[in-house]
Amino acid sequence: MTQTEGNETVFTATGQDWDELTDLLREAPEERVVVNMGPQHPSTHGVLRLILELEGETVTEARCGIGYLHTGIEKNLEYRTWVQGTTFVTRMDYLAPLHNETAYSLGVERLLGIEADVPEKAQVMRVLLMELNRISSHLVAIATGGMEIGALTVMTVGFRERELVLDLFELITGLRMNHAFIRPGGVAQDLPPGALDEIRAFLKLMRERLKEYAALCNANPIFRGRLEGVGHLDLEGCLALGITGPILRSTGYAWDLRKTQPYSGYDSYDFDVITWDTADSYGRFRIRLAEMAESLRIVEQAADRLSRLEGAPVMVADKKIAWPSQLAIGSDGMGNSLDHIRHIMGESMEALIHHFKLVTEGFRVPAGQAYAAIESPRGELGAHVVSDGGTRPYRVHFRDPSFTNLQATSVMSEGGMVADVIVAIASIDPVMGGVDR
Amino acid sequence: MSDDTFDETGKLPETATESTTGFPGSGEIGARVGMFGVQGSGDTSGYGGLVRPIALPPLATRPYGAWYDQLADAVAESLGEEPRVVLHAGELTLIVQREKLPALMRQLRDDERLRFELCSGVSGVHYPDQTGAELHAVYHLLSMTFNRRIRVETSAPDSDPHVPSLVSVYPTLDWHERETYDMFGLIFDGHPALTRILMPDDWAGFPQRKDYPLGGIPVDYHGATIPPPDERRTYA
Repeated sequence: MTQTEGNETVFTATGQDWDELTDLLREAPEERVVVNMGPQHPSTHGVLRLILELEGETVTEARCGIGYLHTGIEKNLEYRTWVQGTTFVTRMDYLAPLHNETAYSLGVERLLGIEADVPEKAQVMRVLLMELNRISSHLVAIATGGMEIGALTVMTVGFRERELVLDLFELITGLRMNHAFIRPGGVAQDLPPGALDEIRAFLKLMRERLKEYAALCNANPIFRGRLEGVGHLDLEGCLALGITGPILRSTGYAWDLRKTQPYSGYDSYDFDVITWDTADSYGRFRIRLAEMAESLRIVEQAADRLSRLEGAPVMVADKKIAWPSQLAIGSDGMGNSLDHIRHIMGESMEALIHHFKLVTEGFRVPAGQAYAAIESPRGELGAHVVSDGGTRPYRVHFRDPSFTNLQATSVMSEGGMVADVIVAIASIDPVMGGVDR
Repeated sequence: MSDDTFDETGKLPETATESTTGFPGSGEIGARVGMFGVQGSGDTSGYGGLVRPIALPPLATRPYGAWYDQLADAVAESLGEEPRVVLHAGELTLIVQREKLPALMRQLRDDERLRFELCSGVSGVHYPDQTGAELHAVYHLLSMTFNRRIRVETSAPDSDPHVPSLVSVYPTLDWHERETYDMFGLIFDGHPALTRILMPDDWAGFPQRKDYPLGGIPVDYHGATIPPPDERRTYA
């Protein structure tokens, strides 16, 4: 278990051998220890590798090793049509799939010049889904953050409520994750019957449940003791490192793209941007908690609008872009609309050609580039979309907030205790699917 | 159009582009052949010889309108010449030579008329047909003071893939430049530790380049063989 090379000794810890390890370390001539944490570690939010240089229990240097979840999504996009792209981008930041889809769709719509043509109902449904997604994402952030400091109840209640949001997603989009529901031009499908009732029931329940988090954590001395003053990063640091989202707002700066650069009609909703002034992990926790309440407000307004928009279109009217059919309820559940199949197979050769062209070949997007940025639960999520006028993306790059924010690990952790590294990273809330793409 | 404009392999013909001037990022980048862009099978539409240029949005001319003119004025002072501007889809792109990038970015950050405090990162784009400027680096900037966004684009030839690092101006670019190096092989001179970030350290090649294959294996499905995605029929 020990191996000496020159004047450096490598210890390999495999678990349940800590006593042995500390005995060996006691005999080691120097205090400086380099610890490799991860990539498979329950406290690293997925496959994140941390390389920590310690002096005693103080972290002198912290570095991240990433890339363990790199799946080449951006490369794959270049071999699919523009619509198929949504099925890939949704898998990047897997805790905010609907935000990924929206950023991508906004970029493609800007190049197509159809931003203003996306129907109102599609806009409202996007906002509704994104805000529900913000709640489920913040719940995971709080739940895993709680688990990592030993507050297991925070974890269990967090995942309990997240399941309710995922049930709503399953009802509306058909899937709990990886929806591919928000697409260039609108959304894939109209709201199913009864969805608004389910959403309202969820709102009522969630308003009560949010109070439980506040009661459990806000004034809890252990919770505050672990979080307060940990992972400090001020406004200058945030801007230099490009950090956005709850970390930026925990410095007291009310920068939220939903307010400052509204998209999808966010300017017509009534909600507040939450800030805190301590620039630490506790402030970020409070921001996430309060943002969930604001999201509930937005969801309620969106649900009210949707109740007035029954039967309205959810896709652009341009038949050269809109998917030719909607799904329909059949005897065996939701599936291809039999009316549409009858139409293209039995009635109209032109409709069949149109369907074939649009589905297999796809539509063309004028050459050029666009950068569409939205406020994801973790900050500015930007999609840099480049087209060469073809039926496939020429290049798509996602500016994922987790990737950028994770750069703050060093500055947040160095000089602190090793146990605080975990809290600092939890307050960054990185999702490795988004970091590595 | 004679038949020798495209060869049997379906490769795109060589086209003259603006790139040799050192200011790529707009104008023609290649050409599309045939009616549907299908390669590898016969084009029976009768338009097999059709050649259509692929053109990025053209350079804009003054006046640009809105705040764009003020920005161009301020930038012209430090560049010492009129900047090249592309206005497309409501977004502004400044196209600069790589040597002028550090001074320009510093000015964009510090000039009180500009104040682009936040850099959202850099992403690479590979245009293999743009001889002499195959590799592009695209920076996205945000001014929170004025609530504006712009994009700055520069390029480097494949034979000399160097771009100055901007980590000293925007520290956030540390990982972004590493990723662009990892994926495109663009070398950011002056970066504190330019190593691979997403791919393994000993990886050979730069995956996001257009000549790098996607990979994959054929899959049998209901008696038919489905080729890997990059070998399927395309309608580019």
